[in-house]
Order: sequence, then C-alpha cells, then structure tokens
Amino acid sequence: MCHIQSSVCFSEVWDKSESGEWLCTASWKTHSGSVWRVTWAHPEFGQVLASCSFDRTAAVWEEIVGESNDKQRGLSHWIKRTTLVDSRTSVTDVKFAPKHMGLMLTTCSADGVVRIYEAPDVMNLSQWSLQHEISCKLSCSCISWNPSSSRAHPSMFAVGSDDSNVASGGKVQIYEYNENTRKYGKVETLMTVTDAVHDIAFAPNLGRSFHVLAIATKDVRIFKLAPMRKESSSTGPSKFEVQIVAQFDNHNSQVWRVSWNITSTLLASSGDDGCVRLWKANYMDNWKCTGILRGDGSPLSASSGQPISTTVGSSLLSQNALNGISAGRIGRRAPFAPPLRPLTSSKIDQTPAYY
Amino acid sequence: DLKSVLSLSIQNIPALRRGKHMGFAWGQGNIFVYETLFKATGSGSPFIHEVRKDEDIYSPILRKLFNESHHIFVGLQTIREDLPSKNKKPQFVSISKNYRSVIRACMEELQQVAGYPLIRSVLLQVSILLAIELIWNLCEVLFIDAAPAGSLLLHLLDWVRLHKADVDEKARDVLQSDSPAEHRDYWDVVVSYVLQGRLDEARQMLGKKATLTPAANNIFKMMDNLLSKMPFYNPGGTQTLTEFDVKWRHWHEEVDRCLQDNSFASNQHLEVLCKILLGDEDTLLEHKDLLGTWYHFLVSRLLFCHPTVKPTELHYYAQSCMTMFLDSRSAPEPLDSILLAAFEFDIHQVIKDCSIALNNWWFVAHLTDLLDHCKLLQSHNLHFGSNLREFLLLEYASGLFTHHSLWQLAVDYFDHCLEFGRVYLELQIERVPLDTERKALKVLRICEQRQMSEQVRSICKIMAMRALRNNRLGSALSWSIRAKDAAFATLISERFLQDYCAKGTFSDLDLIDNLGPAMLLSDRLTFLGKYREFHKLYGEKRFKEAAKLLLSLMTAKIAPRSFWMTLLTDALPLLEQKEVIFSADQTYELMFCLEELTSSLNTPSSDSDKSMQEEDVELTKVELLRLALSRNLAMAIVKEGTVET
Repeated sequence: MCHIQSSVCFSEVWDKSESGEWLCTASWKTHSGSVWRVTWAHPEFGQVLASCSFDRTAAVWEEIVGESNDKQRGLSHWIKRTTLVDSRTSVTDVKFAPKHMGLMLTTCSADGVVRIYEAPDVMNLSQWSLQHEISCKLSCSCISWNPSSSRAHPSMFAVGSDDSNVASGGKVQIYEYNENTRKYGKVETLMTVTDAVHDIAFAPNLGRSFHVLAIATKDVRIFKLAPMRKESSSTGPSKFEVQIVAQFDNHNSQVWRVSWNITSTLLASSGDDGCVRLWKANYMDNWKCTGILRGDGSPLSASSGQPISTTVGSSLLSQNALNGISAGRIGRRAPFAPPLRPLTSSKIDQTPAYY
Repeated sequence: DLKSVLSLSIQNIPALRRGKHMGFAWGQGNIFVYETLFKATGSGSPFIHEVRKDEDIYSPILRKLFNESHHIFVGLQTIREDLPSKNKKPQFVSISKNYRSVIRACMEELQQVAGYPLIRSVLLQVSILLAIELIWNLCEVLFIDAAPAGSLLLHLLDWVRLHKADVDEKARDVLQSDSPAEHRDYWDVVVSYVLQGRLDEARQMLGKKATLTPAANNIFKMMDNLLSKMPFYNPGGTQTLTEFDVKWRHWHEEVDRCLQDNSFASNQHLEVLCKILLGDEDTLLEHKDLLGTWYHFLVSRLLFCHPTVKPTELHYYAQSCMTMFLDSRSAPEPLDSILLAAFEFDIHQVIKDCSIALNNWWFVAHLTDLLDHCKLLQSHNLHFGSNLREFLLLEYASGLFTHHSLWQLAVDYFDHCLEFGRVYLELQIERVPLDTERKALKVLRICEQRQMSEQVRSICKIMAMRALRNNRLGSALSWSIRAKDAAFATLISERFLQDYCAKGTFSDLDLIDNLGPAMLLSDRLTFLGKYREFHKLYGEKRFKEAAKLLLSLMTAKIAPRSFWMTLLTDALPLLEQKEVIFSADQTYELMFCLEELTSSLNTPSSDSDKSMQEEDVELTKVELLRLALSRNLAMAIVKEGTVET
C-alpha cells in the first residue's frame, strides 16, 4: 500500500489491485486542521496508520475488514483508535519506533516537546500510555528513529528544528536511551546545522558500525555519526564523531523532504524547486546526484472524477535515447553486427549505475 | 567532471504544475511522486505518478538472461578454491563463453520479436547486448584467456570476425547473383575478407573473377599465390614465435617486391589488395566504410604489420588507431573508451566506464565476479571493508529483489557476498510482498534455511495478524505457532473458544486435532487442544475417558475459570446417562468445582449489567447441575457399594 495525504484535513489510502491498478480505497477526514504527516506502522501490528496535524492532535487509525464485497469494490474502512491530545501546539511529525521496541509512537510539536507513547497491548490500539516527554527547547519539525536493531547501541532518534534563528544553536539533536536513568538523554547536537531543518532521516543500517543521517534544510546534507569507543567502566552517554559526508545545494532552495529507499542505496529529496532529486554513493563512498524528477509544468487535465492517472514509469530514459541508431538499421535484420555507434552519449542511462 | 554530468538522468513528470512541491514516497523498486505543497494549505492534485527505474527486469526475454546467468554464477562460486590457477583457466574461459552464449541467445530472441510498439525499446536492448557481448569477448581474450603474443592476434581476429558478420550477408548476396564477379559489391566482399584475414574465402572469390578475365590470368595467379603463402601462427605447432616471425617477414618482403615491381599496376583492385597485405595505413583508412570501426582497423593493421604483437604493446597501437580512424570532430563514444581501457589492460577503468555507460548492473556484476575469481582484481578497501565485486553484486541483486519472481535468484547472490550479503538479505526479504500464503512459505523457507530467526518470526507474525483480521482463525493459529508467539496463540485460542460458545462447533478441527507438541506453546492453546480431545472422546463414546479428561481440565486448572460453566454444562449429558460414568469421588470434585464457581459468581464484583433473563438462565443451569450431580452421586455410591456376587 502507499498513502498520500492531502493537507486539507483529509487522508487518503491507495491500494494496488491485482491488475496493477491503483485505487483510492479510502478517503476520510482525519483532523480538523491541516494534516502534516501520515505514517504506517509495521505490518506485524496489522494495518495501522498514525497521523498528526495542525489541530494539535495525533491520531491512530486501524483498518477494519468489512464485508467481503467491500474489498471487491475496492473499499476499506478506517476507524480511529485513539487521539493523543497532550500537545498544546501543532504536532509536526509522527513516527513509529522500530518494531523491535514494540508498538511505540513518537510525536514532536511546535512547542519543542517530543512525546513517546506505548501501546502495551498491541491488540488494543485504544490504550496508549505516555512513556516519555522530552523538551528540546527549540520548535520541532521532524523526528527520525535509528532503525537499527543492533544490540551494540541503545535506541536512538534524531529531532530537527525549524527554528530559523541561527543564533539559537544547532538544529539537529540526537537522543539516546539511557539504561540507568531509564530515560532518553541528548547525546549530540549537530552544531553545524544552524538553518531551519524540515526533515531528517536515518538510513537503514546494513551492517555498518556507524550511523548515517540525512537532513533537509536549506540544502541536502548527509552526516556520518561514528560511535566512539567507551571506556569499559563508562556507563555515560555515547559520544560520537560527527562528520559531514555530503552537502548539495542543487535544489537551490529549501529542501522539504528527505527519505531513503529500502536498501539505503538511494536518497530522495524534494525541494522548493518542485523537483525530486536522487542521490547515490559509489563504492568509494562519494555521493552524487543520479536522477532528477521534475514537473513539466503542464496544467492538470482530466476531471476530478478520475482518481488517478498512473503514468507508469517509463523508466528514467530520456526521449532521444535512440539517436545513435540510424534509420537504415531498422527493418533489415543485421545479425550480430555492432551498430556504428552503439552507445550514444550516456543519455540512455537508466539507473546511471553510478559506481 | 564531465563524466558525472553525463551520468545524470532527468525525467519529466507530466501534469505537475510549476510552483508546486513534489511529494514522494518510496515503493518496492519504484518511487511515487505527486503534487503537493509542504507546510501549506490548499488542494492537492488527484494524480500520483509511479516512476520505475529498471525496465529490464520486466522484460520477459531478458528474464531468461537473468535466470541462466544465475545458474552460471552459482556454478562459478562453487569451483574449488584449492586448485592452482593454472588448471582453472580453461574452466574460467569456458564459463566466460557460457555467459556470452547466454547473451547471444537473448539477442537472437529479441531480434525475432515483432510488433511495432516494441521496436524502439527492443532495438535499444539489442544494441546494448551487442555492446556488452563485444566488451565481454574482448575482456575474455585479454584478461581471462590472457593470450600471449602470437595467439593474441588470432584471438583478436576471431573477435573481429564474430562482430562483423555483415560480410557474410553481402557475400551471400554476391554469390547468389547471376554473375557474382560482376556484382557491384564483389570487390567489397573480397577486400572485407582480406581485412579479416579470411584468405581462403578471398581466394575462392577471386577465382571467379579470374575465370572471367583470362587475359589477366597471370596477375590473378600471382595474387592467389601471395594469399596462399601468408603465414599464420599455429600455437599448437612446433614452430616458435621467432621462427614464425622470420617466415612472416620473408613473405612480407615478397609482397613488397610485387608492389615495387608494379606487378599489379594493370588492375587497380589487385593493387589495393597488395597494399592492404602490406598493412599500408592510408589504404586501410580508405576502406573505413568496410572496416566500420577503429578496432577492426586496429586488428587488420596488426595482422598485416605486426602479427606477433605482445599484449603490453596493444595500447599503443589501439590509441593511435583510434585517433587515426575517428574524425577529429567526433569525440570518442563511451564504447570506444571502454574498449581502449581494455586494450590498456586497465580493468578497473573498464568496469567503471561500463557502470556509467550501461543501464543495468547485470553486466558489470557478473563480469567483475568472474574477473575476481580469476584473481585479476585488486580489492580496493572500502569504508566498511567490502570490495568492488561485492558492491556490484549487491547492487545487482537488490535490483532483482524488487521483481515479483526474480527475487528468488537474488537470494543466491546475497549468499555469495560474504561481508554484507546476509544483512542485505535480512533487510530486503522482509519487504517482499507476501501476497499469497504460498509466497510467504517460500520466503519463510529461505529464512529458515539461513537461520534468520527474527525474519521468520516477523513474517509469521505478519501473516498471523492478517489472518486474524480476516477472521481466518485456523490460519492465524498455525502462523502464530510457527512464529512461536505464545501471546498471540493465546489470543487466538480465546477466539476459538468464544466461537465455540457462540456457535457450538469448532472451526478448523484438523488443525486443532493435530497440534501435537505445539499445544504446549500457551496454556490457552493447551486447553483448546485438550478440550477438543474431550469432544472427540465423547464422539467416540469413550465416556469414562472423556469424563476423566473433563474433570482434569478443571482440577488441573488448565481451563480458565470463565470456561468452567461451559465445561460443567458439557458434563450434563455424561451425568444423565443410564450407566454411571463419574465415580463418587469424581462427582464430589465436580460439586466442589460448581460451588467454587457459584460462589465467585455471587460476589458483588460479578457482572451487574446482566439482564434479568440471563441471570435466570444461569440460575436454572446451576439448579440443573446440582440436581444431576446429586443423582449421579447417589447412583455412584450405590454402585460402588454393591458387592458383585
């Protein structure tokens, strides 16, 4: 499933049918203010969504399997299991913690408070208890959990702030769970990130000893956080060696979203320039842009009755890819003769296997 | 730098207005984009666009390539390490040839594909495969076979011949015509044959012209003579390279004498042939159209100038040939750079350029793997200690993983990446869409074989949850047993029992009857299993055993208190049989249980929102039970007290 949220109070869920068609299977009013983010829980917990909104609440939704003909008609029903009303300001992000921590939900608000809730009984989604309330001192805009379930380090999340005052310090804070105090404590602030941060994302770990964090701010930045070895007797918080691995200002404007693909081999970013850019590291760990998706500026067509138009990926292949093949070759079968110019300029790259 | 600019690809998304943001969400091997405005209100767009990267894995013909090369790959990995490299070379060459034949088979199939809408993309795929095979073949000759001087040229000749097959087509046309020697392509064919060192065929062709022009018989005979005497090195023979070289020089001098003597002056075509045999650059370059490519030019030039060329000398000739052949205006194409890098024996450059220029990881991954097995790659140390081969294989396999059936091939690739293969597999296998139970079982088997216990648990849990939501209790139960999830098993057992109370029957009897040791996973599950056993015994009229079991369910506290009323109600028919089933002692115990139950029911904490009717029913049941128990007790005492005479 994929979801899209529209920012005027509604959320929509889209499902891919057997024939490969995408259908909007549910659309409903989730909040009384703009919906900022929607996120899925791990399928181990069933079909569960969480949403957060300008209306100062976060909500948890569960899909109810209705009548069998509903499914055939492509309809599903979502009911609200709980509303979390602890925040006194707009809730800017909602994320589920990694599944090995159980069913835990984290929210962050414009008043700088991060809240971590837990559902002790995963079968009862209406009972959530507030386990931690953390004040970050700066208005928060985004959170990201480190997805690694390695026992080598405690649970960790990063919080970003959209406070635009450069003087108020680093806008990305890293918190870690402390076994002794049973609380989350701040272990690092990225002092070099002083502009407003709109999105952050930890990359999936993939057996590395260090963590990788992508940040959407006035540009795209990728940081490496290498845990420094603790003295054997030390039970204090971890220390990190922080290194910036890449910085890109190609969007030439504010970057609003960053997200890693499943294998953390590609980072996507979306900016004010209306483009999505894809970033990849080669095997020497040098990062480069490998793709740009941009709107062609054409106006919307088709009535709103047609829910979607799947422009199913013509792959990232430019139109004039076949320039090099002369007309003479088409038609007559030329067995095994290499064309005069078999590869034109690398415009024919699909995934420019940036190596 | 220029290369990185060229490696960028840009995709326009239709119907996304300027001034809006582009939202995105990652899918499985694809990305969804839609129009939106972050941090603002306003209507969104009703469109989502799905952008997919690799089309290749969706091509049915290329699928064969992936499948068969997977087979070769796995075979290659299992070649024994302890054999000395010398013995392994023929094996590696053979494997390289296997890969190439798979590519060729694919090409052939693609070329047979008809249908207009496919033509452009098909042609593109064919041309890419052609290039891949060309490069691979050269790599095989230079790196894997590593032919020494003498054999090297022969291999290069083969290479060129294989990739310039249009000569044969032309020759066929000429020969099939009424008068071949007068066909307009006649001399083109002859020259092409000579350029490729196919001298016997050239002689045959020339023979036809010779018979037509008896007046020029002498010079044709002379040419035929020269062609027949051109020495070719025989690697398996007794002649050393030096001896061959001497012989070749003699022949070369003889040809030169013919030219100086103007022997062929009367026939311009024959004179051209003579100059070619001498390796005259200008003459060769005059036949650019027949040569087609600078590497053909290179090989022909070497054939007629320096047939004993050493591998280390190749790059010098290659560079100069390329420069001479290409116009000063046109820049070398990516293919040219790759081939040049190969001639320079710069393997890493070849791989790097191929990665950038070609559109999928298949080629570089498999070739690099093979070269690595030949111990030709120095492994560059990466940050996390892996190497180039593994990096490419991981990229390739990750791409495969997004395909609904090819993902199974990817598993083997991950298995043979010793450093990171496992962790990549763990991450990606969890994302395989578990559309059907069969697929889930397939995925599970893969995880179980590799002791990926966390993934096993997770997949089973997902399936159990899904089944539970769709009210398929039996399926949910078997999945949670497989996940060894006691809590979930308890939950589902509860549901079964609730269902029984509501409907009076069990669903999924097969499953419950055959729980076996899995029954012990949770108390509730044990109870469910035993309770069903009770029903079975009753059905088989083994009343005494059924009775004993029923009682033990309560006395051993296997049954939850909430279920006791049901159990006692189940005891009623046993109590009301003609024959006494429960012994006196057993009856006392039953009564005790009943009292325990009713006393807890009468406490103030009991359900106060039970309707009057429900309370009545409860009371009646209790009365009935008390009566039946008393009667049974009486009968039991009498029976037990009676002495058999």
